[in-house]
Amino acid sequence: MEEGTVYSQHVAQSADAWAIIHEKFGDAVSAFDPNETMPFFEVLDLSQWQKIALFMRDHPKLKFNYMACLSGVDYPAEEKVGIVCNLESLGVLNHRIAVKLKCSRTGGSIPSVACVWHTANWHEREAYDMYGMTFTGHPDMRRILCPDDWEGFPLLKDYKVQESYHGVKVPY
Amino acid sequence: MQELDKAGQGSIRVTRKSSNVVVLEKDLATEQMLLAMGPQHPSTHGVLKLECLTDGEVVTEAEPYLGYLHRCFEKHCENVDYPGIVPYTDRMDYLAGMNSEFAFCVAVEKLLDVEIPRRVEFIRVIVSELNRIASHLVAIGTYAIDLGAFTPFLFCFRDREHILGLLEWTSGARMLYNYIWIGGLAYDVPADFPKRLKEFVDYFRPKTRELFKLLTENEIFVKRTKGIGIMPADVAINYGWSGPMLRGSGVKWDLRRNDPYSIYPELDFDIPVPDGKFSDVGDSLSRHLVRALEMEESLKIIEQCLEKMPSSEGFDPRAAIPKRIRPKAGEVYGRAENPRGELGFYIMSDGKSTKPLRCKARSSCFVNLSAMKDLSKGQLIPDLVAIIGSIDIVLGEVDR
Repeated sequence: MEEGTVYSQHVAQSADAWAIIHEKFGDAVSAFDPNETMPFFEVLDLSQWQKIALFMRDHPKLKFNYMACLSGVDYPAEEKVGIVCNLESLGVLNHRIAVKLKCSRTGGSIPSVACVWHTANWHEREAYDMYGMTFTGHPDMRRILCPDDWEGFPLLKDYKVQESYHGVKVPY
Repeated sequence: MQELDKAGQGSIRVTRKSSNVVVLEKDLATEQMLLAMGPQHPSTHGVLKLECLTDGEVVTEAEPYLGYLHRCFEKHCENVDYPGIVPYTDRMDYLAGMNSEFAFCVAVEKLLDVEIPRRVEFIRVIVSELNRIASHLVAIGTYAIDLGAFTPFLFCFRDREHILGLLEWTSGARMLYNYIWIGGLAYDVPADFPKRLKEFVDYFRPKTRELFKLLTENEIFVKRTKGIGIMPADVAINYGWSGPMLRGSGVKWDLRRNDPYSIYPELDFDIPVPDGKFSDVGDSLSRHLVRALEMEESLKIIEQCLEKMPSSEGFDPRAAIPKRIRPKAGEVYGRAENPRGELGFYIMSDGKSTKPLRCKARSSCFVNLSAMKDLSKGQLIPDLVAIIGSIDIVLGEVDR
């Protein structure tokens, strides 16, 4: 974050929130990206994610009590998959921030935050269903939208649909 | 009864002490039974399957299974250009197509920097508020059917038909509109539309009160819903609830006010939140009450829009639509208040392509439904039906 730049109000609020997290966790979080449409930071040390999440939810100046969205994302160029969490302090401080996490494209895993925000429970299952990363510590790590015995992870950019499913031709 | 016990066939006896305390009589040999509710069960409002572990009449655990209506919305989005996604959003929440289109367009327009003409904004708000009423009418009507009241269902669908007629006249379709486009609208409203709309508002306002007398204040209905499926406010927020569900738990939170978009800041309307006098805050009745009261607020909004709307002179609904919709590189999370809660779109654009790199739909009922497992613990089976109905799910949006 450069000194002297003027951000709009909601970006400035997110920047303040990031500063508190950065002060506590140091290099475990990346620099703040103050873009206008979705200000975010990245968690670089995945093992700290649960602690950061709990800190973000409970710190009196952060109070991110509401997880609006958790989306899986594929980054084929970096050989990574990841998630983007849109967090918000609903009705308390009314600021928002997005958090990104990335893990390896094959067999990668991210700590689950279903114990911090219940919303994450189904959303992490969906991210696993579509991208194949597992969430360690998740209470119920199963597919949610696709059948349990579906092959492959549909939203990966290089996904090839299976030929047949239980004797039914799939690509029609 | 004791003889039965010896044979090991005794069943549990459930007695209701007060309105919502269930007492199980002890020392009865009981057996757990797995009961599959759905996916073709009318009270699950679509293809939802609930696997209930029951102990007599009491549900000890209910596990929802989804995905029966999964149509790969997000995969399709990566393969069609932005205007092509709009019809797909209709098919998510098919009871509130206008609202879904509105949410998607709001999200994309954040990355586009287009100036939306004022008349377009007013028309968008009018059609989505109309659709909100139509959606709430279905929610209330089917909820009444779940609980055994048939007449309100017919009344609701009769009135909804007027709205569908108006929307069909405007867009050419009854449910899947493709009317709100990125940067504008498909067409202007017909010349006589404001007049007919005014007639509808005058017709419908007494009907909302009629519905109150018929259903909301009905003794049987209140007995079936009051105190059932109570969700405390902080747990509701932690679950990510939004819309009428969250307001039913007593949290005054409405994206039209709290994260305003379009022309909502200029309009005057209330956000109904139950105060605990008529219902227990957070129960099924509260959620129903919010929907019933919200319809009147929507009428208020429509009336104000009709008054303030700029005239159609020299108006081109497609004037602000870019020739080639190619948002700047970046990410956005845009959202709008749908009848069922917060519908958000996370869109990632690389700045070069006319197709999104990633488009995730944050479905409101997907999130609302995720609390089902906790809500259903220890409920009676008929109460489970009352709880599902109060969540007001549309499986098209849950499964996408």
